[in-house]
Amino acid sequence: MGARGNGLPSQPFNFAYLDEQTKKMIRRAILKAIAVPGHQVPFASREMPLPYGWGTGGIQVTAAILGADDTLKVIDQGADDTTNAVNIRRLFAKTAGVRTTTHTVEATVIQSRHRIPETPLREGQIMVFQVPIPEPLRWLEPRESETLKLHALADYGLMQVHLYEDVATHGRIAKSYDYPVMVHGRYLASPSPIPKFDNPKLDRNPALLLFGAGREKRIYAIPPYTEVKSLDFEDHPFTVERWDRPCALCGAVDSFLDEVITDDQGGRMFVCSDSDYCETRRTEVPDAADD
Amino acid sequence: MTDAPLLRARGVTRAFDRLVACRNVSLELWPGEVLGIVGESGSGKTTLLRCLAGELVPTTGTVEFRTLENGLEDVHRMGEARRRFLMRTQWGVVHQNARDGLRMRVSAGGNVGERLMAAGARHYGRIRSEALAWLDRVELDRSRIDELPGLFSGGMQQRLQIARILVSKPRLVFLDEPTGGLDVSVQARLLDLLRRLTRDLGLAVIIVTHDLGVARLLTHRLMVMRQGRVVEEGLTDQVLDDPHDAYTQLLVASVIGA
Repeated sequence: MGARGNGLPSQPFNFAYLDEQTKKMIRRAILKAIAVPGHQVPFASREMPLPYGWGTGGIQVTAAILGADDTLKVIDQGADDTTNAVNIRRLFAKTAGVRTTTHTVEATVIQSRHRIPETPLREGQIMVFQVPIPEPLRWLEPRESETLKLHALADYGLMQVHLYEDVATHGRIAKSYDYPVMVHGRYLASPSPIPKFDNPKLDRNPALLLFGAGREKRIYAIPPYTEVKSLDFEDHPFTVERWDRPCALCGAVDSFLDEVITDDQGGRMFVCSDSDYCETRRTEVPDAADD
Repeated sequence: MTDAPLLRARGVTRAFDRLVACRNVSLELWPGEVLGIVGESGSGKTTLLRCLAGELVPTTGTVEFRTLENGLEDVHRMGEARRRFLMRTQWGVVHQNARDGLRMRVSAGGNVGERLMAAGARHYGRIRSEALAWLDRVELDRSRIDELPGLFSGGMQQRLQIARILVSKPRLVFLDEPTGGLDVSVQARLLDLLRRLTRDLGLAVIIVTHDLGVARLLTHRLMVMRQGRVVEEGLTDQVLDDPHDAYTQLLVASVIGA
């Protein structure tokens, strides 16, 4: 906190925290990533004022693309009011002076960890994903030199073997988040740890989707209206999670629900993980939960 | 279609720094033929095999494989994508150590199905039934399809390697000491299996071994290597019954009852 006690830093920061040279470097990586959908572009990831794993990749991408007239929304686990989301939002409010919002429809840039908003995105919006492990083949092939080669040759049989193992062991593809996708029919990519529920939203999305991995120093992108296909088998097709009840707060039947434990007597409720979506619905349809 | 050999090597030499592991080896292999490469440890057998299989680039010399589309193609000068494609469809290597040839963290079924999936198979049921059929053919118990290879015995691991390769219906199989470390009765069963499969599928095989008994039983032709050079070659019975080179004579004489 600043010595002046007004909440402003004592030393002024450059607009959106990062210096202009760094932002330029990141923008070049982003442009390249957009040109080659799904391909991981290396970039010189900087030290950020928060630990790896808290969204350093996403923050750098956001910093590089943010303009003074942007409106920023930050989501963590679907919610706008969690520690990580609040602090990242505040970082950019302070260093870039941009407007912030919790409403998906108002935002021009949405940084996210774990979710894509339920409200459909539109042209002109940019989603920034925080990615812990950008390499979908990492757990199957530890050598970076080899995974690079597999991507270059579009040799993705290994990933299919992984899915085969799932079906053989569990009777279905058990992967429920970070579910691997083929982008534009060419590159295998990790959609970041979003639930597979959100995978269909990646396909032909009107918004630009950017992915930043700070520790692994990679940026990749899914440009607007790009075909994104979740891997599967013909006889075990890709499916998303379903719940046998609506959201306990807003009554939505089409959103991703979190289970919330309410007491130690086994009490629980299922509520929308997208807090903005849930709140908006409750203000529009106040009696929804009573129906 | 048999006017050209399936595999042709000319003047293959491979050096590791100043050590020349194999020197100026030339050979031709025809469809359905089983060629043995024998010699003591360190004679350059495995280096030669790896050069032939496309895993190791020879220092000088060429290796050509007759593909279905283009006739003889230089294995080491084609693009890597093409070479990898041929390596997993047209030929395969059964390694001496099963751990080099199997994915130890993937079930037996996944191991067998890998080449199918790499070639684009996306129907789980069909991949699985194909894997089961191959487990049957190599005499592995179908009920163990979901077990990890680490739970298999040495002989079973070798058979699993064979199934994993043959599933893609290759035309050429490289065997690197396939019976190494197995006890004699297990060896005998494996040899039986190999003999039957090569005959039934019309496979061409190059088998590297230091066991003259294995060579006698499986191979049609034999090459004897010593210190990186081929010292003698010919029909297997000829070489073993009437060895000309002094080293081959020593080799044959030092085996009991081969």
